Amino acid sequence: MPRIALEPRFQVEYLSILDSDGNLDTALEPKLADTDLRSLYRSMLLGRRLDERMVRLQRQGRIGTFAPTKGQEASQMGSVFTLRPTDWMVPSFRETAAMIWRGWPIEKLLLFFAGHLEGGQPAPDQRDLPITIPVATQLPHAVGLAYAAQYRGDDVVVMAYFGDGATSEGDFHEALNFAGVWHVPVVFVCQNNQWAISVPLKKQTHSRTIAQKALAYGLPGIQVDGNDVLAVYAAAREAVARARAGDGPTLIECVTYRLGVHTTADDPTKYRSDAEVAMWEQKDPLTRFRAYLEKRNLLEEGLEQRLDDEIAEAIRRFEATPPADPLTMFDHVYAELPPNLEAQREELAARENTAPAPPDETNPQGATPMRGQRLTRR
Amino acid sequence: MAKLNMVKALNQALFQEMERDADVLVLGEDVGVDGGVFRVTDDLQRTFGSQRVIDSPLAEAAIIGTAVGMALYGLKPVCEIQFSGFAFQCFHQIENHCARYRMRSQGRFNIPMVIRMPYGGGVRALEHHSESEEQFYAHIPGLKMVIPSGPRNARALLAAAIRDPDPVIFFEAKSLYHAAKEEVPDEIEVIPIGRAQVVREGDALTLVAYGAMLRVALEAADVVRDEDGAAVEVIDLLTVSPLDRETLVTSVKKTGRAVVVHEAPRSFGPGAEIAASIMDGAFLSLEAPIRRVTAHDVPFVGFAREKANVPDVPRVVAAVRETLAF
Repeated sequence: MPRIALEPRFQVEYLSILDSDGNLDTALEPKLADTDLRSLYRSMLLGRRLDERMVRLQRQGRIGTFAPTKGQEASQMGSVFTLRPTDWMVPSFRETAAMIWRGWPIEKLLLFFAGHLEGGQPAPDQRDLPITIPVATQLPHAVGLAYAAQYRGDDVVVMAYFGDGATSEGDFHEALNFAGVWHVPVVFVCQNNQWAISVPLKKQTHSRTIAQKALAYGLPGIQVDGNDVLAVYAAAREAVARARAGDGPTLIECVTYRLGVHTTADDPTKYRSDAEVAMWEQKDPLTRFRAYLEKRNLLEEGLEQRLDDEIAEAIRRFEATPPADPLTMFDHVYAELPPNLEAQREELAARENTAPAPPDETNPQGATPMRGQRLTRR
Repeated sequence: MAKLNMVKALNQALFQEMERDADVLVLGEDVGVDGGVFRVTDDLQRTFGSQRVIDSPLAEAAIIGTAVGMALYGLKPVCEIQFSGFAFQCFHQIENHCARYRMRSQGRFNIPMVIRMPYGGGVRALEHHSESEEQFYAHIPGLKMVIPSGPRNARALLAAAIRDPDPVIFFEAKSLYHAAKEEVPDEIEVIPIGRAQVVREGDALTLVAYGAMLRVALEAADVVRDEDGAAVEVIDLLTVSPLDRETLVTSVKKTGRAVVVHEAPRSFGPGAEIAASIMDGAFLSLEAPIRRVTAHDVPFVGFAREKANVPDVPRVVAAVRETLAF
């Protein structure tokens, strides 16, 4: 009996176009229009400024716990930028920059993180799923959306986001397997930010790359420098084109870094060193893209201030939102209210009508905030 | 009119709804070429093709998870989980997503899907092939939990489940699949979800059952009628959740006594919710404590001991007599 190597030999490519010192591989440089380069930078910077502002809002108790994006702007924007509005975007819970690009108003995201489900409601024509929190469970949804699009004969690509920790979940593997077998138009974008809360990648998987996991399911996998927006864009454009042409799914691993906390309830000094963070700060996706645009003379004067104003205006709109009406909690359980819920709604209505004045909202009795979290005001 | 067993009746419902609506798809393990291990999906793939009747890879979470995606897109997937005992591998998709998407998206999305699962004992099967676990689904807000008791209501309820805009867990009693045939009319019938049926009227006691236990309840009612001369009212729940409290309460106001029968273990089971609902609505009419005849609070016991665990006619008769004599 022979023991032979099977063909084809599998390989995984790594793609980098613009390195952290600003060196550019001109042969690989994607031909993007100046307006596209500007809007990519603008949305990355908006993501960064909003992220920093949101951390302050959370510390002030004006919104609740959320998962900051800082450091992952290139991974998100380089990929989501390749979608059409008619395509579908499936986020996990750290895709603020990409979600804003897809049309989520900033005040709506703030509303969501302030505990209002209204903030998670996509607009009627928006082809985006809301934030999904249980890790990797959104990935089969993306495959199902892509199957449905193919079934209907629609020209649609689905892009799904997740992190390195998600690749240990069964749903990740099942989703890639189904996507491969069904040959559906889906692009899996892994933001490998090195840390799943306190667990580093080397404890998450013994694989050398995450990209190579695609090969087991018969799909192409590519690893890119996730802090290089041009590389992410180039890889995503190729994957989206492949999906659109009917050539099936792709896994893109964006090697990036979470520069901030896992969520605002997390303290990363417990599990990682300042030196490591400082090393990754040298690779900041915004710094190198800014240097690239500067060389091409594409930086806009006063952009920071305009973005800050836009954010401040959104915060004003968010804070002007009226308090939540408790009775609407029954509105979206079923299409029609069954008798038990009708009775419970009446119970609540009666309670609301007879309730004494609410306690001091800054210090309600019995409510214990999570570590690092202050109480949400609204 | 044709005389059909439950497998045939369910198969007819699937044919009928797929012909009616091109958005209805079927997916699951072995549902295509094989027609399902119980043949409920027989011939569907030959008729509607492999894009609409999908032999999926063997992974429950992705069967439900991809169906959620299809439903979000506007399709109406009907999933088969081969045995309800395997559904814990997709329970997170059901609880986290099927049940919640309407709420999470504040009505922007709904999940018009059906999850069919064979459940229950009586087929001399291995572990995970004989359990009754409807209580888990009945407890989850956002889901509907339906269990037919015979061919005719199975066909009509499956049609209703497929047309329902919300996710429906549809349990099929394995012991009923090839049990008695029933006359099923040629025209399409749909029974509204959320309504119980009084299948036999009586004034002495209300006996509540569903699924495979309905026949046990009816036989016990026969015994009590013949031997004790008591007229027992029998209610077929059909929908476990949302529970039709009105029918239960109306009946107990008349009879003053109630016994609930189910195959699921007793503690925190549907019988507890049914008893509490009767207490809420008919407390002053009650002449006796409400009794529950159920499986014991033990994990799978093996089919050699199943008879001692799953309710049978003598156990129900004894409980009815004790309640009548209280």
